Amino acid sequence: MNLRKYLKVYKKFLYTSLASELEYKTNILIDLITAILSLIGSIFLLSIFFQNNGYIGGWKFEQALIVQGIYTILNGITNTWFNPNLTEIVKHIREGTLDFVLLKPIDSQFFISLKKINPSGFLEIMLGFFLLFFCIKINQINLSLSFLSLSFITISCSICILYSIWFFISTTTIWFVKTWNAIEVLRSFLYIGRFPLNSFSFSLRVFFSIFIPIAFITTIPSEVFLGLSQLWKILLEVIVASVFLITSRKFWLFALKFYSSASS
Amino acid sequence: MIFNLFNRKIFTLLKVQYSNMLEYRVEIALWAISGIIPFFMLNIWTNNNLNESINISDVMLSRYFLCAFFVRQFSVVWVVFSFEEDSLMGKVSPYLIQPLNPFFRYFAQHLAEQITRFPFALIIAFFFFIFNPESIWIPNLGILLLSIVSTFLSFLIQFLIQSIVACLCFWTEKASSIERMLFIPTLFLSGLLAPVVSFPEYVKSWIYLTPFPYLIDFPANLLSGNETNISRGLSMQIIWIFLLFPLFKKIWIEGTKKYTAMGS
Repeated sequence: MNLRKYLKVYKKFLYTSLASELEYKTNILIDLITAILSLIGSIFLLSIFFQNNGYIGGWKFEQALIVQGIYTILNGITNTWFNPNLTEIVKHIREGTLDFVLLKPIDSQFFISLKKINPSGFLEIMLGFFLLFFCIKINQINLSLSFLSLSFITISCSICILYSIWFFISTTTIWFVKTWNAIEVLRSFLYIGRFPLNSFSFSLRVFFSIFIPIAFITTIPSEVFLGLSQLWKILLEVIVASVFLITSRKFWLFALKFYSSASS
Repeated sequence: MIFNLFNRKIFTLLKVQYSNMLEYRVEIALWAISGIIPFFMLNIWTNNNLNESINISDVMLSRYFLCAFFVRQFSVVWVVFSFEEDSLMGKVSPYLIQPLNPFFRYFAQHLAEQITRFPFALIIAFFFFIFNPESIWIPNLGILLLSIVSTFLSFLIQFLIQSIVACLCFWTEKASSIERMLFIPTLFLSGLLAPVVSFPEYVKSWIYLTPFPYLIDFPANLLSGNETNISRGLSMQIIWIFLLFPLFKKIWIEGTKKYTAMGS
């Protein structure tokens, strides 16, 4: 794979999609307000949970805020990259325009996963980082090199897992053109990621660790922030992330064999 | 005579839309599944014994969240997304020529979808009762009828609000982002994630004047047999409908004057 070529192509993607998205400037402003309101809403909900209890699933309010911050960052990433691109797959498949993507001398997964960008998600990512910095302050976390690198590793693993799940579901549209709503189901499950996993009952915890690894997505990075995470959990997350990435890639290549172009 | 004609139109619309919706059974089933967030919230509440502080027993709380799920299932509105797509594609122009407000079409679409959704919601409720057999109850007929009425009124309020937002499509192309913004307070304040009684005092003092608690909290409390003020709830719902309807009419008349056809 020629890295330089892909970087160059990506720069072009960025330029074209930013140019088209900035056509709707008020939209971006409204999306920013939505992101802020949504963060306020979830903190409000969290404060209801904590109003008469000091701990939920062993987490204090200040600690649960870290989960919230990481969720906001990941949600921002989803809104910036995954959502606009992967909704496009459905359109490609339904209208048969995937042909044009496949004909291009570039990796098809790269093309459909990164073609578009939604700039309003950036603000959400920034919002998440602000909240995280605030949490670092109120939880008195010492910033050290090992902490920074570990949190970087775990958060990037979370992004990989999240991407793989999204991509996996989008790929299934090659067979079932109309099951796009599966993404809505995924979104509602991901909602769980706003809360520490320990606050759920045992059966749900098992479900959300094995079937849909939401546990890995927000809880393990938050544990790293608090210095609570054992090494095996971090290693496990790295393994899960790579398994997910490889499987989603294999699945895409497999699914392409079944792609029969639509319309003209 | 006029009434008869009107009746026939509604009936035909409903029939057409129902057969249309039956085509999309799988999609609607997935939609229904994506509404299960209240059950996750219930899990957090009961697993951490948070309900003790608001004096609601486990059983009553699980009934509340089940009813919240039901009310939400039958008051989901997406008219702004349909209308936006139709107006961007230029489909609104032929609708405008017809001697029938196009919103009747969307209204019939929503009702037909609710009928299609009903069996799926029942299946989900059935599974809920398998896991929580102690929360089975049979509401008496009067309460059941009243809560169906109030759920329908809640649907009407949301339909009117979204239709008003949809009319903004006449001025801006992307009204759906405004709807996404308005959805956030609906999500957090309507009682879908936490019953309104659990809200802190500084919110409870003004929230009953807004339409939000009457969207989910009031019908769900009514149906589940939790304490609620029936006459205030119903009258507030009706007051909000009477406030919103003239607003919708006005914005519709203004909007159609502004209308410029798009697409083909």
